[in-house]
Amino acid sequence: MAKFTDHFGRPVVAVTGIGVITSLGVGKQDNWDALTSGRSGIHPITRFPTDHLNTRICGTVDFLESSSRGASPLTYDMAETTAREAIGEAGLSSDDFGGPLFLASPPVELDWADRFNLYAAGKDGPAAARVLEIARGLNSLDVFETAQFGSIADRLADELGTRGLPITLSTACASGATAIQLGVEAIRRGECDRALSIGADGSVTAEALIRFSLLSALSTQNDVPEKASKPFSRDRDGFVIAEGAAALVLESLESALSRGANVLGILRGCGERADDFHRTRSKPDGSPAIAAVRAALSDAGLSEDEISYVNAHGTSTPENDKMEHLSLSTVFGERIRKIPVSSNKSMIGHTLSAAGAVEAAFSLMTMREGVIPPTINYDNPDPAIELDVVPNTKRSADVSTVLSNSFGFGGQNTCLVLAREPV
Amino acid sequence: MSPNDVLITGIGLVSSLGEGIDAHWQKLTADRPQPVTDDARFPPYVVHPLPAIDWGLQIPKRGDQRQMETWQRLGTYAAGLALDDAAIKDETLCATMDMVVAAGGGERDEAVDATILEASTARNDRDVLLNEKLTTDLRPTLFLAQLSNLLAGNISIVHKVTGSSRTFMGEEGAGVAAVETAAARIRSGQSSHMLVGAAFQTEHNDMLLGYELAGYLHRGPWKPVWQRQGSEGGGVVTGSGGAFLVLESREHAQKRGRKAYAQLGPVFSDRVRRRKQDLAAEIATLAAKAGVPGGRPTLAISGVSGAHAATAAEKKAFEAMPDVALRGFSTLVGHLKEAQFPFAVALAALAVANRAAYPAFDAETEKPFSGDTTSVLATTIGYHQFEGMAQVLAAD
Repeated sequence: MAKFTDHFGRPVVAVTGIGVITSLGVGKQDNWDALTSGRSGIHPITRFPTDHLNTRICGTVDFLESSSRGASPLTYDMAETTAREAIGEAGLSSDDFGGPLFLASPPVELDWADRFNLYAAGKDGPAAARVLEIARGLNSLDVFETAQFGSIADRLADELGTRGLPITLSTACASGATAIQLGVEAIRRGECDRALSIGADGSVTAEALIRFSLLSALSTQNDVPEKASKPFSRDRDGFVIAEGAAALVLESLESALSRGANVLGILRGCGERADDFHRTRSKPDGSPAIAAVRAALSDAGLSEDEISYVNAHGTSTPENDKMEHLSLSTVFGERIRKIPVSSNKSMIGHTLSAAGAVEAAFSLMTMREGVIPPTINYDNPDPAIELDVVPNTKRSADVSTVLSNSFGFGGQNTCLVLAREPV
Repeated sequence: MSPNDVLITGIGLVSSLGEGIDAHWQKLTADRPQPVTDDARFPPYVVHPLPAIDWGLQIPKRGDQRQMETWQRLGTYAAGLALDDAAIKDETLCATMDMVVAAGGGERDEAVDATILEASTARNDRDVLLNEKLTTDLRPTLFLAQLSNLLAGNISIVHKVTGSSRTFMGEEGAGVAAVETAAARIRSGQSSHMLVGAAFQTEHNDMLLGYELAGYLHRGPWKPVWQRQGSEGGGVVTGSGGAFLVLESREHAQKRGRKAYAQLGPVFSDRVRRRKQDLAAEIATLAAKAGVPGGRPTLAISGVSGAHAATAAEKKAFEAMPDVALRGFSTLVGHLKEAQFPFAVALAALAVANRAAYPAFDAETEKPFSGDTTSVLATTIGYHQFEGMAQVLAAD
C-alpha cells in the first residue's frame, strides 16, 4: 500500500488531472502526438504586422476564437479550457472544484486597440487626460477587467467553483512552476485536499515581442520558423516567443485514492532560490540555479542518482542553455552525460508564464508513456554543452522521475521533481 | 504560545505622510491628523503624493536606481526600511529569507504612448505605427521596470533577500494573499523569517486609468474616505506609498533576541461574489471568523477604499457592531492598492506595540475609542473584489 506521507511527514501530492494547450493544439492527445513526432509549432507571425520587427516568428495559439481578442481574453480562454480538461480527467465537478486556485499568468495591461479607441473617442487635450476622460464614461466593465490583475482568476473561480481567494502570481518565466509549487504547499500544510494550478499565457502582442527584442532575447532566425528554436545548439540565438497553458489537478494521495481517482503522477518536490546578481543575467557561477535544483531534490527526498530525465528550461538563448548546463553538470557531476535532458521549447517555443506548467504536464506524460520527446533542431551541437539532449527523435525509456527546470528574469529559479509512482 | 507563532518584527512604511514608523505614528496620532494632497497635477483627481525621498539611503548604487522607475524604487526602499527595522540585513539571514511581494505593473513611458496616440488619428495602419514607434522609441530596460516580479527581483539585488521570491498580482487581494501565505509558511514551519509587502505609485496617468476604466476615482475636492458618497466620481482617492513587514517565527525572533511589535493572528481572506451575495453580510461573516465583535471594544484599522458600493457595505457591516471603532487610513494616505492590507496590518501592529489607539481620522464619521489595543483588527475590502482580515495581537 502506498504511503500517504513523505519523508518529512507531509501529505504526498498526486496529480489526477492534466490539461494542455500549445501552438501544437488543444488537449493532451494532440500535443503529445505532435511532440513525440518532433513537430514544431513555430510559425510566421500573422496576428499583427511585422514591419520594422527583427523577429517575425512565434509560437502563438492562433486557432481559438479568442486568439484575436487580446491578451486577457486569450489567456482566460486557455486557462479555462485546460482547467476543464484537467478537472474532467480527474473526475471532479467542473463547476464546484472545491479547492483553491493558483494561476500563473502574464502581468496585464490595457490593450493597444482599446487605448486607441479611448483616445479616438476623445475630443482634445493631452493624450493621457483624454483617455482618462473617456475611460470614466465607459458603461461596461469589459475593458476594465482586461486591465485588472485579479480578473482572470476571479472569473475562473466563478466558473470552476474553486474555493476562497484565488492567487494570481508571476515569477516571470518560472511562473507556471511556482503555481504548482503553491498548490503542493497548500496541500502539504493541510489547508486543502486538492488544488488547481494553472499556467496560462496568451500575451504575445507586438509590444511584448518588441520588449523582448530590445533585450536581445529573441531568435531572429526567421527564414525557417520551425528551425529557429534550437536549444543547446551552437548557433542558437534566442528564444521563440510563444503561448500556451496547462492545468494540473493536485490532490493529496490519500484523497485521490480514497475516491478511486486515477493517479497520473506524484509531485515529489519543489525547490527555489532567488538570484541577486542581475535583472536578466544569472550569477556566473550558476549558484542560485544549482541551489534550486538541490533544494528540489532534497524536498523530494531523492539523491542525484535517482533522477531519470531532465525536462530542461532549455530556452535556446546563448545564456540560459550555457548556465543550465553548468548547473546540471555541477549537481549531477559526470553522470549528467548519461541522463537524457530535452527541451520541449525546441518545438513549442517559450510559453513564458505558462512554461513551467506546460513542461510539468509534458514531464508527467513522459513518465506515463515511457517516451521522451526530443530536442529538435539539434544539427549543430554546442561543443561546450555535453548533454544527451535526445536529439531530433523521440526515445522510448523507462522514466520514473523527472527534474523540470524553470528560470526567469528577476532572478527566479524554480525546480520541480516529479515521479511516476508513489513510494 | 507556539514556537511557530507569527511575529511582526520589522515594519517599513512610506506614504504622503513621510517615511518610517515614527513619522507615521506621530502624524497619525496627532490631535487632528491632516492629509497631504495634490490636486494640481492630475485634475480632476486629487492624489496623496510621495514625500521627498533620498533613494540612496536604501538603494546605494546609482546603477540600481537607474534600472528602476519610481514604483520599484519605492518598494525596494520600503522593503529596506522594514529589513533595517528588524535588524535583519545580514548576509546569512537575508540569504535564507523568503519573500512574497504583492505587485501590479510598473510605469509605462507616457511620452512614447502619447506620441503614438497623437499620430494614430492621421493613420489607418495603427498596428504598423505601433511597430514603427515602439521599436525606435522604447528604452530597452524599461520593460524590466514594468515587470511585476521585478520589484521582488530588485529587492533581491539590492538587499540580498534570496531564500525565495514570489510575486502575487491582483490589486488588494494580492496584498491579502501575500500576507496570508507568508504567515501560513511560518505557522507550518516552512519558513522561519519572511519579507512581505507591496508598493503603489499612483502619480502616473496609467495608474489612475486602472481605476478609471470602471469610473472608480473620486473627482473634485478631497473628502474623508467615508464621506464621498454622492460626490462626483467613484469615491477612490489614491496615494503613493508602500508597506513591508518582516514576519518571523517566535522561535527565530527569540533566538536572535528581537522584540516583536505584535503577533499576527490567522488571516481570513475571501472572494465574495458581490453581484450575487450581500457584501455587508459577508464582511460581518469574515469579521466573525477573525473573532470580531469579541465582546469588548475593538479598534479596526480599515483599508476601506472609498469606492461607493464596497465602502457603504463596510460601513453598514461595522455599524452593526457598536464595540468596533473603525479607522479608515485612506482618508490620510489615499488608496495604496496592493499595499492596502500590509499597510493596515502595519498600523495595527503599531497600535498594539504602543498600547495606544489612533484618534478618529475622520471625526465626523469614526467613533472615538478608549479601549485597549492588545488586539486590533486589520481589514481590507477591495474596491472591486477580494477581501481580507486579520487580528493583530500583543506578542506576549
